[in-house]
Amino acid sequence: MEYFETLIVILQSTVRVSVPLILAALAGLYSERAGIFDIGLEGKMLAAAFAGGAAAAVTGSAFIGLCGAILVSVCLALVHGFASITQRGNQIVSGVAINFIALGATVILGQAWFRQGGRTPQLSGDARFTTVELPFAAELAEIPILGPIYSDLLSGHFLLTYLAFMLIPFTWWVLYRTRFGLRLRAVGENPGAVDTAGISVTWMRYRAVICCGILCGIAGAYLSMAMTAGFVKGMTAGKGFIALAALIFAKWKPVNVMFACLLFGFLDAMSIRMQGNELPIIGVVPVQFMQALPYLLTVILLAGFIGKAIPPRAGGVPYVKER
Amino acid sequence: MSVPYAKLPAWVDYGLIPLINLIVAFLVAGLVVLAVGESPLRAASLLIEGAFGYGEGIGFTLYYATNFIFTGLAVAVAFHCGLFNIGGEGQAYVAGLGVALPCLWLDQFAPWYIVFPAAILGSAMVGGFWAMIPGWLQAKRGSHVVITTIMFNFIASSLMVYVLVDVLKPAGSMAPQTRAFTDAGQLPRLDWLLASVGLDIGGAPFNLSFLLALVAAFVVWVVIWRTKLGYEIRTMGHSPTAAAYAGIRQSRIIIITMMMSGALAGMMALNPIMGDQHRMQLDFVSGAGFVGIAVALMGRSHPVGIVPAAILFGMLYQGGAEISFEMPQISRDMITIIQGLVILFAGALENMFRPAITAFFATLGGAGSDKPLPAAE
Amino acid sequence: MNDIAIELKGIDKKFGLVHANKNINMRVRKGTIHGIIGENGAGKSTLMSILYGFYQAGAGDIFVDGKKTVIKDPNAAIAAGIGMVHQHFMLVENFTVLENIMLGAEESQVLNAGITKARQELKRLEQEYELDVDPDAIIEELPVGLQQRVEILKALYRGAEILILDEPTGVLTPAEADHLFRILEQLKSQGKTILLITHKLREIMAVTDEVSVMRRGEMVATRTTAETSVEELAELMVGRHVLLQVDKGPASPGEVLLSVENLSVRDGRGVDMVKNVSFDVRAGEIVGIAGVAGNGQSELLQAISGIRRATTGKVLLQGEPIHVTGTADPSELRHRGLAHVPEDRQHMGLVLKFDESENSILGYHDDPKYLNGLFLNIDAIRKDAVDKIEKYDIRPPNPKLKTANFSGGNQQKIVLAREMERDPAVLVIGQPTRGVDVGAIEFIHKRIIEMRDAGKAVLLVSVELDEIRSLADRVLVMFDGRIVGERAPDAGEGELGLLMAGVEDSKEAAQ
Repeated sequence: MEYFETLIVILQSTVRVSVPLILAALAGLYSERAGIFDIGLEGKMLAAAFAGGAAAAVTGSAFIGLCGAILVSVCLALVHGFASITQRGNQIVSGVAINFIALGATVILGQAWFRQGGRTPQLSGDARFTTVELPFAAELAEIPILGPIYSDLLSGHFLLTYLAFMLIPFTWWVLYRTRFGLRLRAVGENPGAVDTAGISVTWMRYRAVICCGILCGIAGAYLSMAMTAGFVKGMTAGKGFIALAALIFAKWKPVNVMFACLLFGFLDAMSIRMQGNELPIIGVVPVQFMQALPYLLTVILLAGFIGKAIPPRAGGVPYVKER
Repeated sequence: MSVPYAKLPAWVDYGLIPLINLIVAFLVAGLVVLAVGESPLRAASLLIEGAFGYGEGIGFTLYYATNFIFTGLAVAVAFHCGLFNIGGEGQAYVAGLGVALPCLWLDQFAPWYIVFPAAILGSAMVGGFWAMIPGWLQAKRGSHVVITTIMFNFIASSLMVYVLVDVLKPAGSMAPQTRAFTDAGQLPRLDWLLASVGLDIGGAPFNLSFLLALVAAFVVWVVIWRTKLGYEIRTMGHSPTAAAYAGIRQSRIIIITMMMSGALAGMMALNPIMGDQHRMQLDFVSGAGFVGIAVALMGRSHPVGIVPAAILFGMLYQGGAEISFEMPQISRDMITIIQGLVILFAGALENMFRPAITAFFATLGGAGSDKPLPAAE
Repeated sequence: MNDIAIELKGIDKKFGLVHANKNINMRVRKGTIHGIIGENGAGKSTLMSILYGFYQAGAGDIFVDGKKTVIKDPNAAIAAGIGMVHQHFMLVENFTVLENIMLGAEESQVLNAGITKARQELKRLEQEYELDVDPDAIIEELPVGLQQRVEILKALYRGAEILILDEPTGVLTPAEADHLFRILEQLKSQGKTILLITHKLREIMAVTDEVSVMRRGEMVATRTTAETSVEELAELMVGRHVLLQVDKGPASPGEVLLSVENLSVRDGRGVDMVKNVSFDVRAGEIVGIAGVAGNGQSELLQAISGIRRATTGKVLLQGEPIHVTGTADPSELRHRGLAHVPEDRQHMGLVLKFDESENSILGYHDDPKYLNGLFLNIDAIRKDAVDKIEKYDIRPPNPKLKTANFSGGNQQKIVLAREMERDPAVLVIGQPTRGVDVGAIEFIHKRIIEMRDAGKAVLLVSVELDEIRSLADRVLVMFDGRIVGERAPDAGEGELGLLMAGVEDSKEAAQ
C-alpha cells in the first residue's frame, strides 16, 4: 500500500511539473510545424510569468493576470515573427536574443515596480488560481485503488492543468482536422505549394507564431499564478528548453508531446524522490544525472539511435519567392 | 528573381551598419531605463565612469573582456564554417575540469609557469572534446548542431554540479567548490601593465590570461585567414557546393572546426579559475558563453572586431556594477537586456536598415571607385 | 461567340538588363492543345509565370475569355480558371493525395465536409479523365508519374478551364508520357484548353493543335500543327545563326584521354537523368555536347568530375578508372589531370565572397607551391593570381578585389584561368559563356581552342548551339539522358535542332 501511495504522490508531482512543459511544447509545435524554429520558448514563458504575476498583484484578479501574460508573450512572439518572417533573419539568433531580453527585463522591471528584489508580490485570494475539486472527490477517496486515483490524481488540479491536457486532443484536432491545421503543416513542409495554391505564406506563419505566443503565455501564467504564488527571478529555470527537447523527442506530434512531457516530468519527480536512495545494482543515482536525463535522451534521439527525428522540411528557412 | 545586388563600400558594410545596429540596441535599452524611471543619460555616464574612470574599473573591465574574447572567438570560428555553436557556456564550464585538475595535481610540486601551460592544454582539450561530440553528430548523423549544443549546455551544468558536490569538494567542507589553489595555481596579475600608464589596478583580478586571449585572437586570425585549414573552413561556410567542388571533405572540416571552437571556449575557464577565484566554483562561467554570441555578431566574426566588442561588453559588465550602486533600480540584469538587444539587432535584424542605407548611398550618386556591377544571372 | 481562351497583347517583361519577354502577342483557342516551344532562355517559363500571376508584366494585357483580366497573384489566376502544373511539383511530400488537392480549396474551416466533397469530386475526375490515383496515398511514396497526376488533379479541382503544363514529360517514362497525352486528349474533348510548354518536337507533333515558337524573348511564329513539320519548327526554334568566326585549324586527335562507358546517373528523385551514355574524348580534340538544358548534361558533368555519384558505368581518365559509382574525390581527380569548369560558376566554381586571388586557387589549395607548410603563401598566391590576370586580361586587374565585384565575363575568366593554367590532361567545361559579355566570349573561345591545340582533351557542354558548332570538332547531341546522335560541327542547324528536340535520327541505327 505504501508503494501505491508513493506512486500517487510521484504521479501528482509529475502532472504538476509537466503542465508548463506541455503548454510550452505545444506552443513550439505550432511555430515549428509552420517552419519557424523557436528556441525562445523560455524567454516568452518567463516574460509571461512576470507579466501575469505583476498584473494579478496590481489588479487582484487572476484572470486579468492571465490576459497580461498572454499579451506580453504574444508581443515577444511577434518580435520573433518579424525578425524571422519579414526580415528573414536567423531564427536561432532571434530566439536567443528574446531569451536574454526577457531574462533581463523581467528582473529590472520587477525591481523597479515592486522593489522586492526582482519578485512580484505574493498573490492570494482571487489574484491566484486555485485548485478545483472534481465532484464527489472526498466521498470516493475511500474506495481502494480507484478512489485515490480519482480524488488525488485526477481531482484537485488547477483549471489551467485541465486546460493543458485538453489542449492536447484539441491541438491534434486543429492540426489534422481543420483547414488552419492543414495549411499550417503545409507551410512548414513546402511553402511553395502553399504559395501556388493562393495562400499567403507570411500571414499563415504569423498566425502560427501568435498561437505560440498565446500558449507560452498560458504556460507562464501557470508558473507564477498557479504553481507558485508570484513571480520569482528566473523561475522558468530551463523549462522552456526541456519543452523544446520534449517537442523534438515527440517528433512534433501532439499526442507524443503529452507523453514526452509526462516522461520528463516523471524523471524530474523521481530525481527529487530518489535523492540519496539506493537502487538495486546501480547504487545511488546522482540527482544531477536524473536532471540531465531529458537532455541526454533528446541527444540520443537526435543522433538517430532511437528512430529518426525529422523536423518540418522547410523549418528554419526563410521563404523567398525564387522563380 | 533576386534583387540586383548593389555594392556598398566596405566601410559601410563593416563599420556603419554594425554601428547603427549597436546604436539602435542602446536606444531601446535606454527606453527600458526610462521605463523604470531613471535617466538614460545619467546611466550612460555612470557606465563609462565606472568602466574607464579609474584604474580598478579599467582592470575589471579588461578582466571581463578576457572572458568574452575567448567565447567570442569560439562562436566566430564556428560561424566561419556556417555552424552556430551556442554551447560555449557548457564547453567553458566543463573545461573547468581541464583547468582545475592540473592545478590540483601540480600546484604543490611545480611553479605557476608549469601549471599554467598544463591548464591551458587541459582546458582546450576538454572544451574541444565537449564541442566535438555535437560536431561529430552534425557531420555524421545530421543532428542539428544548435539543438545538440543547447542540450550539452544543460548536461554540462548537471555534470559539473555533480563533480563539484560529490567528487572534487574537499571532505568536510560544505561549499561546492575545490580547495583553494596554492600560489602555483594562481595567475599573476597585470598590475604592472596598468601601472606603466599610471593606473592603479586596485583589487581588480586583471591577469595574464588577458594576454593569452590576445594571443588567441591573433592565432585565430592566422588560422582562419592564413592557413590551408582556414581556407577550407571559410569555403565551407560560404558555399558548401563550392567546397564539394573543391574536394573539401565536409565531415572532417565540421568536426575540426567544432573542436577548435570548443577549445577556445574552454580556455575562457582559465580567467576566473586561475586568475580570480583560485579554485573552481559553481557557475564560474556565469553567462560568458552567451555573451560570446553577442560579441561575435557585433565583431562580425573577425578578431579585429571581436576584441573591441569584448571590451565593450566588459565595460557594460563593470559599468553595470557601478550603475547598480548609484541606481538600485538598474541591476546587472540591465546588461542581459543590452546583450539580448545587441544579439537581436546585430544578428537577426542585421539587414533591417540596409535598404534605407543603400538607398541613401544611391542618392549620393554611388560611392567609391567605378566597379562594374555583376551581371544579373 | 468568343472562342479565344487566352489572348496576350504586347506582354513585355524585363529582369534588370535581361529582356525576357519582348512584346509578346499570342492567341490560344478554346478547346485546343496549344504548344509553346523554344530553347532555354527563349522566355517560355517567364511568359507562363506572368499568366499564372507569379510575375507582373512590365507592359501588355491579358484577356481571358475575351475579358481583360489583371492577374496579380496565383489566386487571381485560379479565379480566372487558369491552373498550372509545375515542372518542379508544388506538392507537400508527406501529405496524402487528398490533402494536397484540398490545400487552398478546403471548403470550410473544419475539414470533414471538404473531405467528403473532395473524395466525390476526385472520383468524378477519375472517371472522366482517366486520372486515377489513390486519394490516401502519400505523395513521397508515389512514382513521379502519379505525382504529376496529382498536380493535374489539383488544378482541375480548383475549376481550371485552362491548364498550363510546364515541361511535363521531363520526369516521365515513355509509357507515362503516353498516358499523359491520352489524359490531355480527354481534357480537350471536355472543352478544356491546354498550354503545353516543351522543347520536344515529337510531343508537339503528336498532341498539339497549334504551336507557337519563341526565340530569345520573342514570339517568332505560330503554326497549325497539321500544316507544319518538325524541320520547319526546328529551324524556327533554333534560328539562322551566323557561324562565329573562330580561327580554328583542323584537329589532330591523339590517344583517348577520357572514356565514358555505359554511364547512368539517377538523381535524388529516382529519375534516370543519364541513360547508358558512352563516348570518348581524345587528346587534341574538342567534343561538344549539344542539347537543351535538363536532358542530363549537368548530371553527366557532375558524375565525371566526381561531384555526383553515378549509378552504373565506368569512366576512365587517362586509362585509369575513376570511382564514379563510389567515392570519387574531386581533389584526387585534379591530381590525376582533370580540370573542371562548372556550369554554375557563382555557387560552385567560385566563392563570391572571396577575393580574386583566393578564388584562383579554389580546388588547388593543397598545392605545395601555394603553401608554406600549413600556412598559405599569400605572396605566391597573389603573384600567381597577377600572372593569370595579365594572361587572361581579367578586369579590373586587382587580385584583392572581392569576386562578387567582377562582371560575369571576368568571373568566368577567373575560373578558366585557374583550371586551364593547371595544364590538365582533360578539361571538362559546362556553359562557358553563360552570362558573359560579347568581348569576353571571343577571348574565352580562343582559349578553349588553344587548349585543344596544346593536346588537351576538351569536353564542352553548352546549350548554345552556336558555341558548340564553332568550337567542337565532334558534336554529340544529348536528349532525354542519351546521346542521340553524333555529327560534324558543320551539320545544318535544322538537323541538329531535330536531334536536340528528340526526333529520331534516321541515319542512326535504331537503339
